[in-house]
This record gives sequence, structure tokens and C-alpha cells, in this order.
Amino acid sequence: MKLTIDRNALMRALSHVQAVVERRNTIPILSNILMVAEGERLSLTATDLDIEATDAAEASVKRAGSVTAPAQTLFDVVRKLPEGSEISLDLSENRLSISSGRSRFVLPTLPASDFQTMAKEAAPTKFEIEAAELRRLIDKTRFAISTEETRYYLNGIYLHHAKGGKGNVLRAVATDGHRLALAETEAPKGSATLKGVIVPRKAVAEARRLLDDAPETVTVEASDSKIVFRIGEAVLTSKLIDGSFPDYQRVIPKENGRILTVDNKQFKDAVDRVATVSAERSRSVKLSLSAGKLTLAVSHSETGQGTEELEADYDSEPMEIGFNAKYLLDVASQIESEEARIEFNDAASPARVLDAKDAGAQYVLMPLRV
Amino acid sequence: MIVGGGKRGVVSTCCYVARTYGVRSAMPMYKALKLCPDAVVLTPRMDLYVKEGRRIREMMQRLTPLVEPVSIDEAYLDLSGTEALHGAPPAISLMKLQKAIESELRLTISVGLASNKFLAKTASEADKPRGFFALSIDDAPAYLGPRSVRVIGGVGAQFEKKLNADGIRIVRDIQKIDVKTLVKRYGETGLWLHNCAFGRHARQVDPYSERKSVSSETTFNEDIADRRLLEDFLWRLSERTADRAKHSGVEGRVVTLKLKTHDFKSLTRRVSLNEPTQLAQVIFRVAKPMLAREALGERYRLLGIGLSELVDAKADGIDLADPTALKRAKAERASDKARGKFGGHAVMTGRGVRIKIASEKKNHEA
Repeated sequence: MKLTIDRNALMRALSHVQAVVERRNTIPILSNILMVAEGERLSLTATDLDIEATDAAEASVKRAGSVTAPAQTLFDVVRKLPEGSEISLDLSENRLSISSGRSRFVLPTLPASDFQTMAKEAAPTKFEIEAAELRRLIDKTRFAISTEETRYYLNGIYLHHAKGGKGNVLRAVATDGHRLALAETEAPKGSATLKGVIVPRKAVAEARRLLDDAPETVTVEASDSKIVFRIGEAVLTSKLIDGSFPDYQRVIPKENGRILTVDNKQFKDAVDRVATVSAERSRSVKLSLSAGKLTLAVSHSETGQGTEELEADYDSEPMEIGFNAKYLLDVASQIESEEARIEFNDAASPARVLDAKDAGAQYVLMPLRV
Repeated sequence: MIVGGGKRGVVSTCCYVARTYGVRSAMPMYKALKLCPDAVVLTPRMDLYVKEGRRIREMMQRLTPLVEPVSIDEAYLDLSGTEALHGAPPAISLMKLQKAIESELRLTISVGLASNKFLAKTASEADKPRGFFALSIDDAPAYLGPRSVRVIGGVGAQFEKKLNADGIRIVRDIQKIDVKTLVKRYGETGLWLHNCAFGRHARQVDPYSERKSVSSETTFNEDIADRRLLEDFLWRLSERTADRAKHSGVEGRVVTLKLKTHDFKSLTRRVSLNEPTQLAQVIFRVAKPMLAREALGERYRLLGIGLSELVDAKADGIDLADPTALKRAKAERASDKARGKFGGHAVMTGRGVRIKIASEKKNHEA
């Protein structure tokens, strides 16, 4: 294998795939990136056995071939070479030499035949979706993904076709039991067969990274066990979480009668300020609602007290309810509208948060028991 | 007489005669019986002890509201300012209490009277059984001086080792060292050591002193390697721990699994929950994977499960990721009620029944 390639093009492709590689690996080949030079392209593939990412860049190939080299070192070397420089890669006697200008590096390699690639399988579901919409579905839900290992089926985003209020939708849902985030978009053509897949957290993060550099539309393919995102030339394939996502519809309160409307920015800032004195662990903030007014209060025997008063649109019975400050902030950060609408039932029941600017998003928060 | 469980259980307690043979509480039963082969072994009757313990506590509370229970049969009483109320100094009130407990419950107790908790505890040990010992703060330095550093509650085996290595064996060794040197060597603990060595101890009698954890454990008659069998025991222990938490009105944020291997190596695994719990099903759910990671063929002699970082229990919450959780919590509460009314085995889960049958067959459980 021998080729020359533009440093920025190589950097871009490497940054698309290298994060898939786990930092600590007991199997050396899993620390490596597969490089295949063929035609006028260099393609790069990284895997952790659950997720595989591939991207390609234009190169002038003098001798076709393939090899694997340590992902982290390769990435760091290329990153540190000056922008706009030209890089030559040359494989001889199992060593990969990287040269550019006056810099020269030699990296150890492992044979390409040892690299584990994922078996390709037929995807019964295939649809195109606007990159911006897929980004939106991810951004509005990923913060609610659970990290609890015992409930592995919550460690991802549940993506599925559903009947929404105004027709068919593609819906993303994530929950950790304390909060739930739901975002949906008009169902893309071909997505109707997507019964429901749980995309693991890491795959979500990798797909989101690729979407930063995406063309206008991307392709999603799904089978019972895998999901594939085709984003430009990059291809991300991930195993799905094998489990059943809870029946989230039952926990979304649809008829909460006490409606609070409050300036979202003011609300967010106020929560952030009072939370300064909350205990590290519970981060509990008490919301007191009364006519036209919302009071946020934190009171802790050891860490102190803080209160904030906000003007708000509220005309139901006064009530008090507690929430985890971080959960409130996470949701407020996703609201695009100037005002957040929060619907309450009582101090022990979940509240629903809506965004006037994005009818396709909703959030559910469990109160803390105060 | 030795009180303890099964042939593989441990000694819960024993009479003073057995103690002269070297039997101690928490000692494995086989060891105790080797030391004292003629001992009569009785199985503990926890319900009875709890009931009698409560009666004693009530009698104590008639003397002062400031009663801080330490265990089922031990408590600190703050009798400051009760002289006018009872028309007698604390020593007389305590003697009356001792007599009353003896005549009403036919139980002997030992009393230690002093100006703080540490000295009172030391005094209560001085004249056991059926003792009465008063220790004044002025006599304390001389009384404590020749005793092992272990007399200071809080100096455990590990710390004793360290102190010994530093040339400190008895309390007098501490008394002789300048307080600044102690602080430099042991930090805040040094200051505390210094104060204790002279019988000074600032901790108040706290009737609301919080329990730090609730737990239950069992030593098997025969070592167990089988994961499913261990899980059955885990369920039983989860229920017991949950019962204790429910009884005390607390719930915990941390679940700790404890295992002891056949060759007495202890290991603990813990997990923090997002929301504190007192429910057996939740304890079991988070403990099961921890157990699964350890039950890979190793033979275990002991299994325990505990809750810590306790807070006051509140109503069960809704779990957004588990729409039926509230229902199951209600089911557990209902079965608790039934068990409270009709006895421990009135309502059991399938798993609980399996272990009950197994233990009845082999009289397995310690």
C-alpha cells in the first residue's frame, strides 16, 4: 500500500471513525483502524465489535493494499501535522511510514485480514431523512438516556414509527425513569416498517458526530439486530440493544390541568442560581406556584438556602412541587420557544413540559418527593 | 449455654460460664463447640428479644426521654437534671431501674454511671454481669491508664495494630504523648485519642441517633456455589432487609452485597440508586447482577445484603421507565400487611417458597 493524501481530508475521515475505538483494549487488533487503498480512495474502518464506522477520502493511490494501524497514534500524528500539508503513507515490511514535509513516523501494523468487520445483512427498513431532523430527534432526547446498567434497555434512544396527532411520525424516546424525552418528525417515506429499535448511547453519540458534517439528507437502514446510518460517505453500523422498551405512552400525562407558562430563559437562569446551594446529591428545587407567580426555593440544613421569584402565567390552585435541578435545566435547555409550558397535576405526579416552537417535542419529569 | 444458629451459624451470645471457655459472640459455632463441648445450644428467638427489649426501653424512657439505643440490649441514658423530677440522684434512679427490670422481666442488667458516654460504656463493662459501677471523670485517667487502647470505642483491630506499631499499647501511652504530636501523627483522630485517654468525650446522648444502615446476612450450613440457589437466598435476605427498613421507617440509597468465600475472604459490592428504596423487589433487582458477577463457581459461606445512606421513607414514586412499578410496590405493601396480620409465611413469592421448602428439607439456613 502506497499513497499520498491531503492532510485535512485524512483528518476529517479519521475523526469520523476513530472515536469508535475503545481506549482500553485487551485485543490489540481492536485498537487499530483498518485502512484500504483502492482506486482513488483510502477508506478507514474502526470497530468495537458492537459499532463499526467507515469513512473514505480521496487519495492518489500508487499501490493498492490494506493494513491496520493503531488508531490513537495515527489520529494524533495526523492531527499534529500542519493543516493543508500532503501526507504520504507507505507500507513496507509490516511497518507503516507516514511522512509529510520533514516529519516522518513509522507505526507498527497488524494484517488487515485480522480485522473484524461486521457481517452485512439485509435491512427490511430503509428510509431517507433530513440530517437536520435526525439531529433534532437526537438532541432533544439523548440527555434522558439512562446510564443504569441493570436496565440496559434504557441505555439508548428508542426509535420507531408511530401514529402521532397529525399523522404518521418517526419518534425518538429516551428515559431513565426520572425524566422522559420524546421528539418526533413527520414519518419519512419507507419508515413505516420501523417497529421499534433501541439505538445504544455510543452509537447515538457517533451518529451525532457524523451529522455535524452531513449533507442535506442521510439514509437509515434497520433490521432486527442492526441499524445503519449512511451519512455522506461515512457509514455507521451498530448493533441494537436487545430488549423491550417500556410502554412510555402510559406515563405521559396528557390531562394535567394546572398550567404554568414562564419565560424559559429566566426560568433556566433562576433554577441554575438557586441550585448553587442545593446538596450535591439530590439537587432538589422546590417550585411554589401561585397566581401569577413562581417561586423557586432550595433549602438544605447544611448547604444553605436560596430563593428566586419569577413572574409567571398561572391561575390554578396554588401548589408546591419538587424537582431535581439538573433535570429541570436539561429540559429547559432543549426548549426553543421563549416560553416554557409546564403542566402539573399534583405534587406526586409527573409534570409535562412543552415547547411552543416545537410541537413535536415533549418532556416528562418526575417530581422529587419533598 | 450458647445462643446461635445451626451447626454452621455463628454465636449470637453466650452465658458467662461459656465465656470462661473462650467462647465469644460472632465466633463460628463449630469453633465454640470445640472450646466448650458441653454447652447447650439454643436457637435465637429474635421476636421475643425484640419484644422484651422494647419493654426495657419503655422502662428507661420513664426515667428520661433522652434514651439512645445502641443495640437491642444496650442504651445510653442522659439523666442530667432528673434529680428533682425523681427526687433522687441518678445513681438511685438507676438502681431502682435495675431492680425493676430484674423483678418484672427476670433479666439482669449492668449499669455504668459516668459523666459522658465513653466513660459510661467503660464503666458498664467493669462489673458484669449484674453490675453497677460509677466512674468519675477525675478517676478516669488513672482507671483507663493501664488498659489496652481497645477500651476506646472506635479503636478497632486495624487501628490498634497501627498504634502498636507506633509503640502505643495502653491508654497511658497516649496520655504520655503531647497532644500536638498526636494531632501531627493522626490528624483529627489524634485529638480525639487524646481526649478519650483522659476520659473526655463530647458526644451527646442522642435519642434520634440515626441508623447508618440496615442489613441482614446468613451463613450457610454448607458452602454454596450455585448461582440460582444463592439468588434464592438473596431474595429471602432482600425481604428481611426490606422488612427492617420498613419497620424503622427508612429507605436507603446504597445497596451493598456482602459475600464471604469458603476460605473466609470477604468481599462487598455496592451500587448507588437514583432514588432511595425500602422495597425488597428493588433491593433484589439491583443486587442480582452484582451477585451474578461474583457467582462464577466460587463457593460462598456467607451472603448478606444491606441498605445504607438512609433517609426517612416517603411514598413510593412512579417510575417513568416502569409503568407497573407502582403497582408492584403496592403489591409488596399489601403482602407486607398480610404477613403482619397472618404471620411471616402468609404471602410469599415463588422464590421465597422455594427457599423455604429447601431450608425445611435440610434445615439449611443458619
